[in-house]
Amino acid sequence: MALALQTYATVEDAETALKAAGTRYLGGGTLVVRAANEGDVGVCTLVRSTDPALTGIDISGGKVRIGAAVTMAAVARHPDLAPLARPARAVGGPAIRNMATVGGNLFAPSPYGDFAVALLALGASVEAGGTTMPIEAFLTGRDDSHAIVTSVSFDLAALAGFRFLKVSRVKPKGVSVLSIAAVLGHASDGTVSSARIALGCMADRPMRASVAEKALVGARLTADGIAPALAAVCVGIDPATDPIASAWYRAEVLPVHLGRLLLG
Amino acid sequence: MAKVPIQFTLNGSEKAEFVESGATLLNALRDKVGDTSPKGGCHQGTCGACSVIIDGELRLSCLTLAETCSGAAIITTAGLAEGGVLHPLQRAFLDAFASQCGFCTPGMIMAAKALLDHTPDPSREDVVEALSGNICRCTGYEPIIQAVLTAARSNSQNVA
Ligand SMILES: Cc1cc2nc3c(=O)[nH]c(=O)nc-3n(C[C@H](O)[C@H](O)[C@H](O)COP(=O)(O)OP(=O)(O)OC[C@H]3O[C@@H](n4cnc5c(N)ncnc54)[C@H](O)[C@@H]3O)c2cc1C
Ligand code: FES
Ligand code: FES
Repeated sequence: MALALQTYATVEDAETALKAAGTRYLGGGTLVVRAANEGDVGVCTLVRSTDPALTGIDISGGKVRIGAAVTMAAVARHPDLAPLARPARAVGGPAIRNMATVGGNLFAPSPYGDFAVALLALGASVEAGGTTMPIEAFLTGRDDSHAIVTSVSFDLAALAGFRFLKVSRVKPKGVSVLSIAAVLGHASDGTVSSARIALGCMADRPMRASVAEKALVGARLTADGIAPALAAVCVGIDPATDPIASAWYRAEVLPVHLGRLLLG
Repeated sequence: MAKVPIQFTLNGSEKAEFVESGATLLNALRDKVGDTSPKGGCHQGTCGACSVIIDGELRLSCLTLAETCSGAAIITTAGLAEGGVLHPLQRAFLDAFASQCGFCTPGMIMAAKALLDHTPDPSREDVVEALSGNICRCTGYEPIIQAVLTAARSNSQNVA
């Protein structure tokens, strides 16, 4: 089915156009144009906006703001976002990274969405349709959202305790068996004072490992100290079985890889 | 479906065409402009055979809508040879038997060029990473990696 493209100078006008049936927003197109190429007849008209509000990475006042149209390649090479290079470089190969946007990654279904996993661990907020909401709320409601995401923001300080790991079968580029991101805070005695752990491929979209997070607070990052968190990390997960891995396999290896991330 | 005008430069030459709104750059290049060097392998972003360089960045023409390239500078493998002399990457691919059926070759060369444009003296690891979005079903990759490393060396000798 033939596609049509509509381009608007402002996010507001593009949002109005997206109210029509059969329309989808066009980010980098790596998922939505692929769907059209595959014959997804639900996509008739793609809508995009060239609004500058969607672009740019701004770091000021201890906050990082990344425009929704910023690509993975742009994040990966930003000198002040070095810890984020890892999840940004985890997305596809070089050409995909030059196209794939931060906004699009927030909508990517599992086994995709590696960068969104990082944003979830960072406690990012998502600005969409003129309102700003926590990323958890955004991810929960994303299927019914018709608003255009303009940016994501998070505290620069969170990057200091940030860790990320992606497991794939094909190296150096491959679709996730799983991905894990964590932001840990430490007390003066070396124990964990705060923990946010986000999991990719453990549900249809990125999720928090809330029970494991609680088990980690007060613990030391030793094999014994993290054992309760590893034992709890599978609580509430519902991984998919797909050509990359079975749900059983994903659940089996999750504690192993969380352990490596925490002790590494 | 409405046709829309687009203008861009292809390998340094101005091009102006009417394309269907929503046509991919791959289809526009092959069917309208007559540059068949980008290949349509999967149309899903997975094989890299359609790779081109748009405004200095490697992209997949099968997932790029032609209309979004208005005003862009596009480079394809068809434009690399100058005055009948092969580009160092083409020469190296030929010499190293890095091309068998040849279907992946234009995409591989674009990915390699995008690497060498930014990293003229790459490590083997850099080359593997740069080619990681491109699939070859014939060569087993090793001759391709060697060809890119050879082209990088011959480039630096030319500059020296
Ligand atoms: C070969 C290949 C390999 C890949 N590998 C990975 C991988 O390893 N990890 C990974 O996470 N992903 C991967 N992906 C998936 C995809 O490239 C990324 O998830 C990417 O970030 C999606 O962004 P996009 O801009 O291309 O999205 P698009 O395709 O443009 O859009 C995807 C969806 O998001 C919506 N959308 C996009 N931007 C906005 C916005 N600003 N506001 C509202 N809605 C929006 C679109 O309407 C659409 O529904 C891969 C894809 C391919 C083809
Ligand atoms: S045809 Fe574009 S990646 Fe395969
Ligand atoms: S030479 Fe045949 S696919 Fe690479």
